[in-house]
Amino acid sequence: MRNRSQPPLSPEAAALLSFTRSSLSRRTLMRGALASGALAVSGSALVACGTKGAAQTEDTCVSEDLSGTEKTLTVSNWPQYIDVDEKDESKRPSLIAFEQKSGIAVSYTEDINDNNEFFGKVQNQLTACQPTDRDVIVLTDWMTARMIRLGWFQKLDTAKMPNFQKNLLPSLKGRPFDKNTEYAVPWQSGLAGLAFNGNVAKEIRTVDELLTRPDLKGKVTALTEMRDTMGLILLSNGHDPSNFTKAQFDDAINKLQKAVDAGQIRRFTGNDYAPELAKGDIAACIGWSGDIIQLGLEDEKIQFVAPDAGVMLFSDNSSIPNKASHKANAEQFLDYYYDPAVAAELAAYVNYICPVAGAKEAMEKIDPDLAANPLIFPDDALLGKAKVFKALTEAEEREYESAFQKVIGA
Amino acid sequence: MTLMTGIGAAPAGSARPARKSGRRWLPYLLLLPGTLWLVVFFFGPMLTLGAASLWDPAGSLQTGYAQTLSFGNYVDAVRDAGPQLLRSFWYAAIATLIGVIIGYPLAYAIALKAGRWKYLLLVAVVAPMFTSFLVRTLAWKTILSDNGALVGLLRDIGILGADGRLLATPIAVVLGLTYNFLPFLVLPLYASLERLDRRLLEAAGDLYASPARSFVKITLPLSMPGLVAGTLLFFIPAVGDYINAELLGNPNTYMVGNVIDSAFLVRLDYPHGAALSFALMFLILIIVMVYLFRSGTDEVV
Repeated sequence: MRNRSQPPLSPEAAALLSFTRSSLSRRTLMRGALASGALAVSGSALVACGTKGAAQTEDTCVSEDLSGTEKTLTVSNWPQYIDVDEKDESKRPSLIAFEQKSGIAVSYTEDINDNNEFFGKVQNQLTACQPTDRDVIVLTDWMTARMIRLGWFQKLDTAKMPNFQKNLLPSLKGRPFDKNTEYAVPWQSGLAGLAFNGNVAKEIRTVDELLTRPDLKGKVTALTEMRDTMGLILLSNGHDPSNFTKAQFDDAINKLQKAVDAGQIRRFTGNDYAPELAKGDIAACIGWSGDIIQLGLEDEKIQFVAPDAGVMLFSDNSSIPNKASHKANAEQFLDYYYDPAVAAELAAYVNYICPVAGAKEAMEKIDPDLAANPLIFPDDALLGKAKVFKALTEAEEREYESAFQKVIGA
Repeated sequence: MTLMTGIGAAPAGSARPARKSGRRWLPYLLLLPGTLWLVVFFFGPMLTLGAASLWDPAGSLQTGYAQTLSFGNYVDAVRDAGPQLLRSFWYAAIATLIGVIIGYPLAYAIALKAGRWKYLLLVAVVAPMFTSFLVRTLAWKTILSDNGALVGLLRDIGILGADGRLLATPIAVVLGLTYNFLPFLVLPLYASLERLDRRLLEAAGDLYASPARSFVKITLPLSMPGLVAGTLLFFIPAVGDYINAELLGNPNTYMVGNVIDSAFLVRLDYPHGAALSFALMFLILIIVMVYLFRSGTDEVV
């Protein structure tokens, strides 16, 4: 074997190196040309076509229901959104009771952390009308609205869901994105409002204080959820988030931009504001009612504030994606959680607003204090202040979201 | 190739042509898994991303995108993300510089001075990589917390003002980048310093070269391949990183990775997101080429 001072190079590397040394031989040139030619041909094949629309209809994507033979169900939900046993956190009492009652084995995973990320996770399958291997997914209003718009959900057979028909709160019936209440079953609702840590800051009452008070500078966070943050700012300007104009939105965006430029706002966050608020790195923030109640149980100086100008009401909804093969099981499961006694059990743990009528009475038997908490069973005064962000078309969604993303730095 | 033909030629005298021709395919067979991997996980995604970067920006997820070869996407994407793009290169460059200042002495000490502690120190450099990137970055949130010991100390000795903070500042982002990518710099540097022929240093000493002079004339040039490889392995992922900016920074410290993330996941603006990804790739490629050319090393480690 010949002994060479340098290890032999691959033809490509050699071609590249000789290219950089600008001593191009005809042979390497030929090789390079051939290689780039092959790349160009396969490339142009792909480049030539765009994509089709992602929307599906009941005719283009037909799902089969195997519930009759398969007594299983796969549910995807957000973390800490179901009751767990105090002694053994891997046990979920309400779920175990359902499995025993129905004989359906439920595989429950907490793999939804962010609406946008989850959308990215399932979008290819749902665009192509392929199974996502999930029978029930829980997403926030606007994402549910988007998926309904894209035709990615199966229509529920509500006739088989007596509890749901009877006990769904009237204010959640016939919402703009689901006029006949046949795609989305609210799992929990909640409020987006203000919160502060009394250990490091004085009480805060309004969004304007949050965005301008000098003692809070650099200790304020707002949510990356555009509808919650912008909704509260629109309200503070005296505008209605469920019915606003482009100019009013721009006003609100400018107000937010000023606060960002002034260094008042430290970060925009998802759920991760909670530990920082507890530590006191954040003095005040825009946050979600359920999180703040849970923090308040550990430190009573952490409080939720519903500004007089109004709060934002959101729901997380369970839906059945296309090609999920256990629709009837899923309907049985969702209806079970609309039994007031079960709903109260769930609400006692998750501390969000319970969408089930009659649960308050059931809750009084479990925990009278929680039954009296207006953030779990809101009174009319609070509900009167609560607004829902208006349903956006795809074009509006992109326009507003782009403007908002620009302000929050991305 | 010489090795292959060598093996193929050896039994040629024993006249079994069928076997010989079978062996001719062996190298290609061995290359097959790697080639398939490259085609499926590199060329395929690159082509689809490249195609997406030229889609008609007026399209949408719902209506679909037409392929209109809109090269304007690149102009729009780079213009809109200009500040973040500049910031990414700036932060990554500072972090790389700090990395070299910390990493070179560290690698030098491990390779030449650590004696029997050598492997323990190497493990100490690598061990943090056994936990997830995300967890390590989140740990920095606790370390740099406004009410934490570190900030308290810095306030007491007057480096930070009474209301000063580290978290949610550019300092925290650069610090996070430096910390997270340091092992990628130290390991190649260590590898090249370890191979250093110490007799050269002795000879330099015998010829009355000062330690500083023998470092500049011998150690540094011989460790150049390791330094170049290390700085590249540090700089390239640091430019594209978005976790540090997101967790340790504020809205005014977001990097280009955050913009790409938002384009794909939040704004659903695939053409501009893809165009920005490609533009970033080209920019990095150009910088790397210039760097390699200037540093005069074509043998990287």
